[in-house]
Amino acid sequence: MPEISRELLLHVAHLARLELREDELARLEVQLNDILAAVSKVAELDLDDVSPTSHPLDVVNVWGADEPRPCLSVEDALANAPDRDGDFFRVPPGGSS
Amino acid sequence: MIDTLRLTAEGAKKLLDAREVSGPELFAAYLEAIGERDPELHCYLHVCDDPGGEGIPIALKDVIGTKGVPTTAGSKILEGYVPVYDSTVAARCKEHGLRLLGKTNTDEFAMGSSTENSAYGPTHNPWNPDRVPGGSGGGSAAAVSAGLAPWALGSDTGGSIKQPSALCGNVGLRPTYGTVSRYGIVAFASSLDQVGPVAKTVRDCAFLYSVIAGRDPCDSTTVDTPPVTIPEGENLRGLRVGVPVELNAHEAIEPGVRHAVEHAVELCRQLGAEVGECSLPRSVDFGLPCYYLIAPAEASSNLARYDGVRYGYRSPRSEDRLAMYKNTRDEGFGDEPKRRILVGTYALSAGYYDAYYGQAQKVRTVIALEHAQAFERFDVLVTPTSPSVAFELGGRTADPLAMYASDLLTIPSCMAGLPGLNVPCGLSEGLPVGLQLIGPQFSENTLFRVGHALEQAIGFDVVPERLR
Repeated sequence: MPEISRELLLHVAHLARLELREDELARLEVQLNDILAAVSKVAELDLDDVSPTSHPLDVVNVWGADEPRPCLSVEDALANAPDRDGDFFRVPPGGSS
Repeated sequence: MIDTLRLTAEGAKKLLDAREVSGPELFAAYLEAIGERDPELHCYLHVCDDPGGEGIPIALKDVIGTKGVPTTAGSKILEGYVPVYDSTVAARCKEHGLRLLGKTNTDEFAMGSSTENSAYGPTHNPWNPDRVPGGSGGGSAAAVSAGLAPWALGSDTGGSIKQPSALCGNVGLRPTYGTVSRYGIVAFASSLDQVGPVAKTVRDCAFLYSVIAGRDPCDSTTVDTPPVTIPEGENLRGLRVGVPVELNAHEAIEPGVRHAVEHAVELCRQLGAEVGECSLPRSVDFGLPCYYLIAPAEASSNLARYDGVRYGYRSPRSEDRLAMYKNTRDEGFGDEPKRRILVGTYALSAGYYDAYYGQAQKVRTVIALEHAQAFERFDVLVTPTSPSVAFELGGRTADPLAMYASDLLTIPSCMAGLPGLNVPCGLSEGLPVGLQLIGPQFSENTLFRVGHALEQAIGFDVVPERLR
């Protein structure tokens, strides 16, 4: 299994939208490699013929009637907004991503 | 004078029904106990005023959304967040007249085994404040043991109800996956998360489970559940008890824990059960690595919602949108959520998915099949809940893998969606030892029957020695 290099860690952190500080990077680089080495144990089993489990119960999809019902008011939906402009969430302009 | 340390929910109901105490007097007694002992223990992140009424008080873990009452999940990123709707379990508690005492401390986003990952400081174990209460639901478990709530709700992804109950010496149920609604619960790992009760007795635990269980149109993973039977019987005749060798002989299990569990197994025999050994060879060795891939993978997806836009914390360093996302998440999340988001993002990324997440999902099938085979011969399996008694605060915080190993014995059955009940079964080094009872899916009534019979036979005093 590949180790996580500093470069790869920065890439994964970007995918996860985390801006990590230098002291965090140093600590996380060691810890993540330790964790991945431990969890890589799953590769020891030969499971080519085994089907994956994504859900512990054998259930089928649930369908609901397509009928309008009460939902949150605009005021409730915006009640926890860090910043708002009238009936909208206000966010900073889009930067380079 | 109401002795909240000894009072069970069932006992409280009798006092209320007989009008020996009023609803306000009962609620006030708990507020007084909280005022007296919570400054030392820090079980609560938020304490409520009496909403009125004659119902039994209850505490809810702070991952459970409560309308008009702050819900932080132990994270700075949700500081000041006040839900505008009730979770289904909070609503069901209200419908039964239960009155909210407050919100209990938790590891941040329920990620941890000691409650030390809370952004608001750790909870202390009522048996010994230098020890952890377990986690992530250490606040709920410690509150029940310290008489700061008659009962509580927790949530369990890999052991967050069962393990704290073991370390604090009370009864905790992780119900079968799909029996209790997660609508309005702060999500961690959706194929694993379950809400469940924490109480002083198995009967209280069973009753509280009956309040919250059942299909919910707002959570499409819920199913219809069998009616709950409040246990009464004191024998185990006709019951087949399996002892999984690997989960009882693991080298990580402390001798004092092993002895207490062996005593409980012997009691099963004396109560009329048929006891035999079984084997879950791969569930133990591969359960932990399987869990620590699947849970972080799902967490990395669930925690993507914390972006500083609609609710929660937003970094002041938000000059453009990307900076807002990245700085908000860096400043808002603590170490453990960051570790899991990074592990999960990596395990799900192109090129690594099959080797990590895909393989872990197959291991999950293996674990479920091993348990299914054991249940062809046995009605219930018994193991220690935690390999150790409550460990020292700070003892495992520097080493994430040492902390992860705390859940060695609770994780396998969680991966298979099975219910598990912790029942206190003795003391080691003056600290509680928990017995874990595992059953097939939807076998809660069997677990309650076994738990109740053992509880009567063991006669464990749930009040911490130093508080008696």
